[in-house]
Amino acid sequence: MTTLLAGPGGRTPGGRRAAAHPGRYRGLWNASPLTYLTLVVALALSVFPIYWMIIVATRTNSVVADVPPPLLPGGHGGDNVGRLFDNPEAYFAKGLLNSAIASAAVTVSTVFFASLAGFAFAKLRFRGKNGLLLTIIATMMIPVQMGIIPLYMIMVKLGWQNHLQAVIVPFLVTGFGVFMMRQYADQAVPDELIEAARVDGCTTFGIYWRVVLPALRPAAGVLGLFTFMQTWNEFMWPLAVLSPDNPTVQLSINNLANAYFKDYTLMFAGTSVAILPLLVVFIVFGRQIIGGIMEGAVKA
Amino acid sequence: MTTDLRPSRNGPPPASPAPARPGPPPTWRSRLARLDVKGAPYAFISPFYLVFLVFGAFPLVYTLWVSLHDWELASGTRKFVGLDNYDYLLSDADFWHATVNTLGIFALSTVPQLVLALLIANTLNRRMRLPTLFRIGMVAPLVTSTAAVAIVFTQMFDKDWGMINWAIGLVGIDPINWSSSRGWSWAAIAMMVDWRWTGYNALIYLAAMQAIPKDLYEAAAIDGASRLRQFWQITVPMLRPTIIFTVIISTIGGLQLFTEPVLFSVGTPNKMDGGPMHQFQTITMYMYDNAFGHDRYGYGATVAWALFVMIIVFSLINFLAVRRTGGTK
Repeated sequence: MTTLLAGPGGRTPGGRRAAAHPGRYRGLWNASPLTYLTLVVALALSVFPIYWMIIVATRTNSVVADVPPPLLPGGHGGDNVGRLFDNPEAYFAKGLLNSAIASAAVTVSTVFFASLAGFAFAKLRFRGKNGLLLTIIATMMIPVQMGIIPLYMIMVKLGWQNHLQAVIVPFLVTGFGVFMMRQYADQAVPDELIEAARVDGCTTFGIYWRVVLPALRPAAGVLGLFTFMQTWNEFMWPLAVLSPDNPTVQLSINNLANAYFKDYTLMFAGTSVAILPLLVVFIVFGRQIIGGIMEGAVKA
Repeated sequence: MTTDLRPSRNGPPPASPAPARPGPPPTWRSRLARLDVKGAPYAFISPFYLVFLVFGAFPLVYTLWVSLHDWELASGTRKFVGLDNYDYLLSDADFWHATVNTLGIFALSTVPQLVLALLIANTLNRRMRLPTLFRIGMVAPLVTSTAAVAIVFTQMFDKDWGMINWAIGLVGIDPINWSSSRGWSWAAIAMMVDWRWTGYNALIYLAAMQAIPKDLYEAAAIDGASRLRQFWQITVPMLRPTIIFTVIISTIGGLQLFTEPVLFSVGTPNKMDGGPMHQFQTITMYMYDNAFGHDRYGYGATVAWALFVMIIVFSLINFLAVRRTGGTK
């Protein structure tokens, strides 16, 4: 057949079996047993702590004393999760609900406002555009936590302390999101399409809604995924502004760790439930996540 | 005049804004259309600026103002003290102790993390079976919650019941009391950080590696360069911009380290202390503890600004250092 020199490790058009590639590439791209060994070890190390968490969550507390440690799940997962939700100090159900609401709200809003602004920066003409875009890039460098003390004072002034909007409103749109959507819109949306829609009498928002947003869907998906994960994962700011009886799910497991730090099965049941949505996202959208990281679309 | 008369990349020349040009009698409808064309862009970008100004820029600047005060929320004290807080910061042994901890954990985590990521990326950059499986496996840690994983690792590092002490016991090493000594606690926290971020960095490097033209390697192979030599003399130099990016991202993240050390303190009375001897208290924990733990918002803000300056300085230093290494010959 023909050469089949796709990117190394990348998919080749005719399937992944590229039996005959030129000899001098052998040494470079052909994986040796050592390569596989390295990768399998790396894979095991990166998955093991998550696996271990699930094992402990399905066993009884004696597990920590077992030598060697058990490597298969036990039958107590249901009991442990039950204890978790019955636990009066963790506020676990409330934590889950709060996290779900906050993550969904921040995700929808970030994708919407970031794509709107990204469209404007990529495709519309207005005075001061370049300067404004530069300020957006500059804002990406500023870690939000640096302003955490005044942010808290603002919340006190607004009376939002211990209210869920405190973990939503400050994150409704990010400079990073705007920048990412601009980069994508610049390439993905042909100018002709926009001009045509305008000639047809579309308003600017109509163009966004009917022409641009559909074209931005892949990038919007990646931005949405990562925004959701980040919001779900946030720890420091909710810890500062929410109280233990109105937690996010991360604060719920923190409550458990404070009060029951020797009850490993309870704590691990908590951590397992807390990362469940992330694991689902990961299993369903793993490829898109990898794509997002490798295209540089994802900031740490 | 206006800024952007250039056509957007490979597009046609800019269409004349004909529809918006006022015809002889400007009708109500055409005025509206004109307003739409002129105003819509600003309306579209304004939500970001609104949110950023109120919750991003203002707090950062206001932090500076707060840091010039003796400011307590609970007691209602608010007294302007000028640079007193900064003066105190310079001689505050606890702050410098936390700074050394932060830099220690940062160094212990970042260097192995990036070196390992580079090696893993180089390995992933070969023709192999199941490439997607391996790549997905590498980012599994990233797609978990930091707090949850910190709890799991803390159990694994437990002195008596932890799996890690059990495992090193198999090869005859005595159990280590991970959380009690300064060096070991730094190492344990660094491992949590590495576990989370190595795969992410590996994928970033992999993406950059795939953009390196293969004829470079071909030519080097013809000249008789070994694989190792090709790695150091082609791959690494070609990756320099990417390495700079990852170093800066790691610097910003590493200097703000918070969740892992806080949860590593389970079972201690004040989790912001970072252990009874403050052996792994980071700057961010110290800032948090001052403001939210001891009602010293003014001094907390001072620590925040010191940290902000430190992040900028370290990012610059790292940027220059990485740019120089392996630079011009």
